[in-house]
Amino acid sequence: MGDLVLHLENINKSFGGLSALSDVNLHVEEGTTHAIIGPNGAGKSTLLNVCIGRLKPDTGAVTFGGEVLTGKQPHEIAQLGVARVFQTPEIFQEMTLIENVMIPALSHRDGAFRLNAAELLSRQGELRDEAEHILEDVGLKDMMRTEAGSLSRGDKRRLELGMCLILRPRLLLLDEPTAGMARHDTNQTIELLKKIKSRGMTKVIIEHDMHVVFSLADKVSVLARGQIIAGGDPQSVREDPKVKEAYLGGAN
Amino acid sequence: MTNTKKPLLNDAFVVIIFAAAILAMPIWLDPIGGNYPDLLQKFAIYGIFAIGFNILFGLTGYLSFGHAAFLGVGSYAAVWSFKLLTMNVLPAVVFGVLFAGILAAIIGFLSLRRTGIYFSILTLAFAQMSYNLAYSVLTPITNGETGLQLARSDPRILDSLFSDGSVGAGLPSTDLFGETMSGYPGFYFCAVLLIICFYISLRIFRSPFGLMLKGIKSNQNRMKYTGLNTRPYMLTAFIISGMYAGLAGSLLAVTDPLAGAERMQWTASGEVVLMTILGGAGTLVGPMLGAGLIKYFENIFSSFDDNVLTQAFSFLPDSVVEFVVPVVGLFVGSGWHLTLGLLFMIIVIFLPGGLVEGFRRIVNYFRSGGKTKPQSVEAHNQAGE
Amino acid sequence: MDAIFIQILNGLDKGAAYALIALGLTLVFGTLGIVNFAHGALFMLGAFCAVTFQKLVTISVKVRDEGVTAFVAYKEQPYLETWFGDTGRIIIDYSVPLSILLAIPFMLLVGYVMERGLIKHFYKRPHAEQILVTFGLAIVIQEIIKAYFGANPIPQPAPEILAGSANVGAWVGLGNNLVYPWWRLIYLCFSGLIIFSVFAFLQFTTYGMVVRAGMRDRETVGLLGINIERRFTIVFAIAAVVAGVAGVMYTPILPPDYHLGMDFLVLSFVVVVVGGMGSLGGAVLAGFLLGIVQSFASMNEVKEIFPGIDQIILYLVAVVILLVLPRGLMGRAGVMDD
Ligand SMILES: Nc1ncnc2c1ncn2[C@@H]1O[C@H](COP(=O)(O)OP(=O)(O)OP(=O)(O)O)[C@@H](O)[C@H]1O
Ligand SMILES: [Mg+2]
Repeated sequence: MGDLVLHLENINKSFGGLSALSDVNLHVEEGTTHAIIGPNGAGKSTLLNVCIGRLKPDTGAVTFGGEVLTGKQPHEIAQLGVARVFQTPEIFQEMTLIENVMIPALSHRDGAFRLNAAELLSRQGELRDEAEHILEDVGLKDMMRTEAGSLSRGDKRRLELGMCLILRPRLLLLDEPTAGMARHDTNQTIELLKKIKSRGMTKVIIEHDMHVVFSLADKVSVLARGQIIAGGDPQSVREDPKVKEAYLGGAN
Repeated sequence: MTNTKKPLLNDAFVVIIFAAAILAMPIWLDPIGGNYPDLLQKFAIYGIFAIGFNILFGLTGYLSFGHAAFLGVGSYAAVWSFKLLTMNVLPAVVFGVLFAGILAAIIGFLSLRRTGIYFSILTLAFAQMSYNLAYSVLTPITNGETGLQLARSDPRILDSLFSDGSVGAGLPSTDLFGETMSGYPGFYFCAVLLIICFYISLRIFRSPFGLMLKGIKSNQNRMKYTGLNTRPYMLTAFIISGMYAGLAGSLLAVTDPLAGAERMQWTASGEVVLMTILGGAGTLVGPMLGAGLIKYFENIFSSFDDNVLTQAFSFLPDSVVEFVVPVVGLFVGSGWHLTLGLLFMIIVIFLPGGLVEGFRRIVNYFRSGGKTKPQSVEAHNQAGE
Repeated sequence: MDAIFIQILNGLDKGAAYALIALGLTLVFGTLGIVNFAHGALFMLGAFCAVTFQKLVTISVKVRDEGVTAFVAYKEQPYLETWFGDTGRIIIDYSVPLSILLAIPFMLLVGYVMERGLIKHFYKRPHAEQILVTFGLAIVIQEIIKAYFGANPIPQPAPEILAGSANVGAWVGLGNNLVYPWWRLIYLCFSGLIIFSVFAFLQFTTYGMVVRAGMRDRETVGLLGINIERRFTIVFAIAAVVAGVAGVMYTPILPPDYHLGMDFLVLSFVVVVVGGMGSLGGAVLAGFLLGIVQSFASMNEVKEIFPGIDQIILYLVAVVILLVLPRGLMGRAGVMDD
């Protein structure tokens, strides 16, 4: 398979006394889907936060495609092609869906900053087509002029996914993209994610739903109490006794 | 619930109607007693101030409590231009805008490191510093409490180059290539600038830049993780809005060549916030509406005194008049601020979207045959979108 | 040495007023999450309680002036004096401290009405709207005061035996020319007492414990089934009383006028922010600190080096602290970060 692109090396992060990540090492191959599973509070979201520059790790470094991400501003990391779907959707609640997608489309075109005050939005035909196209992909095109805040939870997630996809990321981080979705919606999302799998971007996906994990993941890592306790291909992880224990232990 | 937004009017139309309404103010304000050149000038000037403030607050949600500093700097720069260079208003306006822009760049650069109330306090602190300095050590530039005024002995280098040196009696007046800038010509000058400012603001609202600013207001985090560097966008918006304030300040000096430090006090910053909110922050015409209403009522209400009131209520029996006049008197004349404060509270409590939001609700109500319930409170719609 | 000592003392009384206002402001922010621009107006209302009380106790009647024997002369004599003689005279003399008795119930009522009638509806609204509505309210309150009491400052005398100055220098062995007005000394002690009571209340009563927990994590406390709303009302009323009595006691130092509140408000916000939004200790510390800094900046020696520094020092300190320490001196992470 491909080369390793994403490296997390010796990541430590603690909040006050609580150690959320301890000595985490993770390497992800280009073009694959890497799932991270683990009980609640294991530190999964924290791991992604470290990747996108929302949190600074206490020690260790994240590199992606040869670039060190640690210490960079969030927007710089995003400009390098790292996009993220959050656990609670981060969208523009008061804006219409098309506006929600137009904004990332513009920052994809214009970069971190360009004084585009003299242009007119209504003249951005190409970008608009692209945005509509993405909305169609995620199945929200007929609601293009709806306010994002009025969407259902599942639709908000899909919208956020669309907002990330239009950035044409090289690395897509997904934090529980199907949580709170009905089975039907979940399957639709799996299909969508499979479709973009063929586009060759690298994905890291956090998921509780094993059905989703087994449908999508090439590799799985298990995180418990801030440590990676197992990793490998989905089948072997499923049979690992340590994993069962971690989940059962986490339930106690 | 799907909440589909429909444009009420198209943009070209909006600008034309706006321009027509502004230029025709002397006509349609006449019957309601608003047709004085002084007042008309104020409408236009404070309209510019509020429209500029709205580019910052309305689009990005950053509440500056220090915009008065830019207004003040604009005035001082303009008066100095009258004193040193020429009585022609064009350089004065240019300098006003320029200096306000520079000050805004400095204050904005520092203040925008923080968000929320910290940003508001930083802008407030900078404005108060400017105000206090204008009153104290900067007296050589600002002439302290007296305020900066014209003098017959001013050099006026450019004017003296071109004139034959004959000095008329009294102080010269501001002009635009010979046309004196007081009274109605002054108003029309301000009005033309207002229309230009309105057009620019409309273009900003309709540009990718404007959309990015709205994005920052809506979800700054998402903007960052989308790869956008929010700082330069914010700073640009801040500077533009400061330049609008500087323009307004210089126009105050154009119509009355005098600049005092009280223009920089935080109450003046509060006033422009008020205008913008009253009309509707984030809407295109709201700020102009708010500015007009506040200046109109200020003018009308504050001219009432007990005599006027007693006359107005003279149709009532004397005993009733004795009771009514003091009560009403509380709200008018020097008590006009009380009315303003109440009005302001009522708007924020019941109509956070401002008057424009109110109109929109009424229009929606009639369109749907009087059946819908009011739309969501936090609508950020624009008139004529 | 003398000069430094006197500057510190001078700074302390102003600092005490800042600290008291900022304390309530930050308490309300920390527990209720409300940015209250009308808090300065509460200080001013307190000051006008003193004015009103003094007016009440000096309502006078015309009486024969016994001192003039040559002809029949009249003089104004307060009823209190007529009825109670010396006791009445003492009450009038002590009208400022006594008016606290009027101010406490009045401010409690004002706080209660304000919270129930207005603030309550703004818990979930954005900070900008809270600022705006309370700003409007502040204007309304100050205009009403102006309508009834006029625009001029109304001097309030301190009780006669406290009118002079204390020879502070002699107490601390710094010579005899170090004097400090008695009333300011009283104000200092008074504010210390108030600050102490507020902290003790929060520290040692169950009520205070809940409030403190609420400051840290409102949602959890709400989930525990504790009626946090009712406590909010009381916290607000307490903040109003603190501001009010601070205003009462300040009247002999600075004759109150209707825009007293606004003048102090801007500075108190600076104080709160410098201390760190929502931090009680920070507010008190910053209050005294800024008071002292300001009094040092007004020394002629300093002004000669940095002309105009006394005019801007508070804002300058605020700006620097905000830029260097984003959360003020003692602010906690997570408060007002977005
Ligand atoms: N900003 C923060 N400050 C303090 N503690 C935090 C912060 N973020 C996370 N934590 C703590 O770190 C631990 C890991 O949190 P994290 O959100 O990464 O877990 P998670 O694996 O994503 O859980 P979930 O499945 O519930 O999303 C938790 O105990 C959480 O309380
Ligand atoms: Mg998580």
